[in-house]
Amino acid sequence: MLTARGLSIAVADRTLVGDLELEVRRGECWAVLGRNGSGKSSLLLALAGLRRPSAGRIELQERAIGDWPRMELAQRLGIVLQDEPADYWGNALDYVMLGRYPRSRTAYSEDPVLREQALALLEEVDLAAHGTQAYRTLSGGERQRARLAQAFMQDPECLLLDEPLQHLDLKHQLAVMQALARRAAGGRAVLMALHEPAMAARLCDHAVLLYDSGRVLHGRIAEMLTQDNLQLLYQCRLEPASQSDIQVFIPR
Amino acid sequence: MNRRTLAWLILLSVPASLAIAVWHGSVDIPAARLFAALSGGGESIDREILWGLRAPRALAAFACGALLALAGTLLQALLRNPLADPFLLGISGGAAAGALTAMLVGAALAVQHLFAFAGAAFAAASVFAFSLRPSGWNAYRVILAGVALSAGFGALVSLLLSLAPAAQVHGMLFWLMGDLSGATDPLPAWVVLGIAAALAQSQAAPLDLLALGEDKARSLGVAVVAVQSITFGCAALATMAAVLLGGSIGFVGLVTPHMLRLMGVHDHRTLLPLSVAAGGSLLALADAVARSVPAPVDLPVGIVTALIGVPALLFLLTRAR
Repeated sequence: MLTARGLSIAVADRTLVGDLELEVRRGECWAVLGRNGSGKSSLLLALAGLRRPSAGRIELQERAIGDWPRMELAQRLGIVLQDEPADYWGNALDYVMLGRYPRSRTAYSEDPVLREQALALLEEVDLAAHGTQAYRTLSGGERQRARLAQAFMQDPECLLLDEPLQHLDLKHQLAVMQALARRAAGGRAVLMALHEPAMAARLCDHAVLLYDSGRVLHGRIAEMLTQDNLQLLYQCRLEPASQSDIQVFIPR
Repeated sequence: MNRRTLAWLILLSVPASLAIAVWHGSVDIPAARLFAALSGGGESIDREILWGLRAPRALAAFACGALLALAGTLLQALLRNPLADPFLLGISGGAAAGALTAMLVGAALAVQHLFAFAGAAFAAASVFAFSLRPSGWNAYRVILAGVALSAGFGALVSLLLSLAPAAQVHGMLFWLMGDLSGATDPLPAWVVLGIAAALAQSQAAPLDLLALGEDKARSLGVAVVAVQSITFGCAALATMAAVLLGGSIGFVGLVTPHMLRLMGVHDHRTLLPLSVAAGGSLLALADAVARSVPAPVDLPVGIVTALIGVPALLFLLTRAR
C-alpha cells in the first residue's frame, strides 16, 4: 500500500531517518515510536507527500507519491497533523464534513446521507452533543477528536496520524485507539506516531522505532517492544509490569 | 437575524444605495423630475445631470467600494490576518508614486493613469516575487514585503509633494486622500469587478479549507499554491482597478468583511458576494454624503469613509474576542 525505499530525512543537517525500507500493507496498524525530535513528524509528513525527503522514494500503490494528482491522492491518503490552527469558523459538524472535500469537491454539502455519516462519526468520537458547537470553542481534547472524525470522514485507504492521542483522557485514548484498530481491521492501512508504548502494544501490530543518528528498527510489535529496545529508545530504565496478557513496561 | 434575511437585505442595499447616490447631489432635483429624466423624458439639464454626472459617479463609487471590499476579504483569508487590507500590498503606494510623478511632469490624464497603473503593477509584482518561494507561500513575507514597499513609496510620495509647485499640490493631495470626482468612466472597473469576483468565487471552498492550515488543506486535495496565487492575483487586480478609479480610499476594504463576519457570515461562498454588495453600497452612500453635505464643495470620499471607518473599526476591536 505505502512503501518507502531508501528513505532518508534530514532536518537542519541532522539525519533523523537513514535509508529506511518500509512497507505498510492493508490491514496493518503501525506505531512510530521515538523520543522528542527523533523525526516522527518528519517521517509522517514525508510519507504524506507534504515534505520532500533528502533521499529515497515513497510510493502509494506502486506509484510515486509526487506523481499522484492532489485530489486523487487525498482520496487515498489522509493525515491528521500534530498542529492545526483553530481558525475554522464553522461548527464541529461542518468541520467533520470538510473531510469529504476530496470526493465531493465542495465544502458546503447538504447531502443528508453525508450529514448522517458525519453525525455517526461525531458519535463514534463521543462528540454527538457538540455537533452544533463552534469548532474554535471546543476544548483541546474535543478538537482533537473532531480532527479524527474529519479524517474518518475522508476515509482514505491509508491513514497517517501524528500523535492521535494528544490532549485525550484515558477513556478517549482507548476509544480512539480502538477506532483506529477497527479501521485497520477493515482493510485500511494505519500508521501513527505515538508516545504511549503500552497503547501500541495493546492495539498496533507493527512498530517503527526511531533511534539517534538515523538508525531505524521496524517489525512486528512483539519483537520491537522489548525491554532492551525501549530502554535504549527512551534512554531511561524500565521494568516489566505484570498482571497483563501483553508485555508492557513502566519507568523506574 | 436570520442569515438568509441578512443576505437579502444586503443585496437590496445595492439598488437602494445607487438610488440614493443618484438622488443626492450639489443641485437639488425634485423626485418627479428625476423620474422623468430617468425614463428619458423631462428637461435636458436634468437628463444631463442624471446620466452624464450622477449615474457614472454612483456606479464608479459602487465599483470602487466593491473592488476594495473584495480585495480585503481575499487578503484576510489569504494571509489569515484579520487586519489585512487592500493597501497592505503597497499597491496604492505604487499607484500614488506613479500618478504623482506624471502630475509633476505635467502629463495628460491618460498618462497619469498609465503611470499609476505601472506603479501599482510594479508593487504587486514585487510583493508576489518576494513572498512566493518554491517551497510555498509565506504570509509573513507578503506582509513584510508589502509594509516595506508601502514605506518606500510613502517616502517617494513625500518627496514628490515637496518638489511639486504649490499649484499642483492640491490635486495631488486629493488623489492621495481618495477622491471620485475624476471618476467619469466606471466601465473598466466594472469589467475588472466581474472578472475578479467570478474568479474569487471559484476559490470559495478552497479558501475555507485554507483556514485549517496549508498542510491540512493540501492533504485534503487543495492545490494550495495555485489557490493562493489566484487569490493574490484577484486581490491585486481588484485593488489596482479601485485605486486607478478613486485613489487611496481607506477602510472600506478592511471594515466591510469584518462587519459581515460579526453578523455571522463566515463561509467564503456567501462572504465574497456579500462583501462585493456591502462594500459597493457603503462607498456609494459615503460618496453621496461627501457630495451633498458640504455643497457646493466636493469633499474627498476618503475622508468620509475614514470618519465612518475609524470609529466602526475601533468598535469592532472592542467586541473582538
